Amino acid sequence: MKNEILITTAHLVKKFPIGGHFFTALNDVNLTIRAGEFTGLVGPSGSGKTTLLNIIGALDNPTEGVAVVMGQDTKTLNHKQAARLRSECLGFIFQTYNLLPVYTVFENVEFPLLLLGIASSDRKKSVMKALEWVGLTDKVSSRPSQLSGGECQRVSIARAMVKRPKLVLADEPTANLDAANSHNVLKMMLQLNREMGTTFIFASHDEKVIGYLRRKIGLTDGKVVEDKIISTQNHEESETPC
Amino acid sequence: MLTFKLAYRNIIGAGLRTWLNVFVLSIAFVAIIWTQGLIEGMNKQVMDAMIDMELGGGQFWHQSYDRYDPLSIEDAHGSLSDGLTTLIEKGRATPVLITSGAVFPEGRVQTILLKGIDPKQKIINIPSEVLQIHDSDIIPALIGGRMAKETRLAVGDDVTVRWRDVHGTFDATDIRIVGIMNTSVQSVDVGQIWVPLASLQNMIQAFDEATLIVLEKQIKAIPPDDAVWISRDLDYLLKDLKELIRTKSVGSSIIYLLLLFMALLAIFDTQVLAIFRRQKEIGTLMALGMPRRKVIGLFTLEGALHGIMALLVGAVYGIPLLRLSAARGLSMPETMDNFGIALSDTLYPSYGAGLVMGTTLLVLIAVTIVSFVPTRKISKLKPTDALRGKLS
Repeated sequence: MKNEILITTAHLVKKFPIGGHFFTALNDVNLTIRAGEFTGLVGPSGSGKTTLLNIIGALDNPTEGVAVVMGQDTKTLNHKQAARLRSECLGFIFQTYNLLPVYTVFENVEFPLLLLGIASSDRKKSVMKALEWVGLTDKVSSRPSQLSGGECQRVSIARAMVKRPKLVLADEPTANLDAANSHNVLKMMLQLNREMGTTFIFASHDEKVIGYLRRKIGLTDGKVVEDKIISTQNHEESETPC
Repeated sequence: MLTFKLAYRNIIGAGLRTWLNVFVLSIAFVAIIWTQGLIEGMNKQVMDAMIDMELGGGQFWHQSYDRYDPLSIEDAHGSLSDGLTTLIEKGRATPVLITSGAVFPEGRVQTILLKGIDPKQKIINIPSEVLQIHDSDIIPALIGGRMAKETRLAVGDDVTVRWRDVHGTFDATDIRIVGIMNTSVQSVDVGQIWVPLASLQNMIQAFDEATLIVLEKQIKAIPPDDAVWISRDLDYLLKDLKELIRTKSVGSSIIYLLLLFMALLAIFDTQVLAIFRRQKEIGTLMALGMPRRKVIGLFTLEGALHGIMALLVGAVYGIPLLRLSAARGLSMPETMDNFGIALSDTLYPSYGAGLVMGTTLLVLIAVTIVSFVPTRKISKLKPTDALRGKLS
């Protein structure tokens, strides 16, 4: 449902022990993200983008403050509950794709559905549909080692989208891609966002990504220094700006 | 089911790495079963040979007979009971008379046991029929190969023996070696001279007497003990041998454990490497929503599946190899004579169902445990650290 609040963070603080003292990765982050957003956490390295994404993805816990993701306070979730939240509601896209190397493209995309216990015939339909979205139906039997970087990231997107999650978290999704592949991948995600209403949150400092965002949250030294709506239609109709 | 499916995919997907591990593990499987089969075969052969050539289906001992007390032997003989006589007459038992003596080969003196046996007996498998010589001037004697070697006696040689009769009088005569038998049982060979029962009874003046009675192997109705003749079953007679085997089995257990250790090391190594090499994969599995326990189960199952695959691969080449070795046997070098228990020239491994099943089960359980141990590290792994490839 559009405008439904998916994520709320309140006074979010994350500190990491380094040597004898603590490094503050996030400092009093207060955010609200609604369903259907195409949002980017933007900032230089070490600004806390990935840390925030990890907390939203229930992969890490905040030191202080609250992160409520789809009505669930991530800090109160045990391992099993956090795993269920990730399995049922979240999709992840990684900078280095993180495809399972011994699996084929089909098996990689199928994996989240296996965790959800979806029946074999439904799995097959969903996987083929997801591969259709990313244009990789001719690579079902290939292994990740046989694919290009752009193709790997498209598989990664298909894997994140195959279960049609409400929220997809993408950590530097274009960092390992060339310009043409980056734009292809971003257009694809934008299209999925538009057609399926999936919320996308990116962590990126890539200008190409920033050019596609509808909301840009700027982070510096763990603090939100900028939060603005950029445009609602950039790139949706335009050509690839490269 | 999901864990099994994923473990199977991972194992098959890993290709050569999997097959190398499986092959190493299968070698360990086959080697463990082969060495244990060899030891079991040796033990079985030794026992069978002792039963065949010395013990029969059990024995009756004269009450004074103590096989470990040479001084008691001269008095350990007596007349047979009616029950035993009947058994002997029916050909279901044979008497043996034993006395100590000395033999003088080439001017040397050597202490021996003189054993009198019925040349026509069929109870124990020694070639006693060679003692059937109808020449009252000659006392024929049968010795074993080792005894012949020690005393440098050959068939046709005459040698002087000395003994003491029941009255304590020393006497001596020449005996003629009429046969040299090849036996793996040292206690019918080393220091033993077999002569016709009647001759020995005559020599020591113990007419119609015996020291022990050997029963046929298939005997069922054993007469009860009486005051003079004590029944000794095979458990009793083989007690020392079993003890010796048990003592020597410590050595074989070390080999067993070494081979098992080798196999487990391969799995442990694979699993530890897997945890380090596949951290990112573990992180990805967790990020995609796989619960920690399932990840641990997956890795443990992968290890266990290596064991099962090794079992199957081992069966493919191991069964023909083990069958061949069981059929052809293993030639033993002469030095094995000094091993302490009687060994035949060729050892035939024996692979009992217990050995195969036991080894299989033990290796599979051990492989699963060894797979689980390094996998526990996953339980301490934070998904974010795993994704970064940083083992916490």
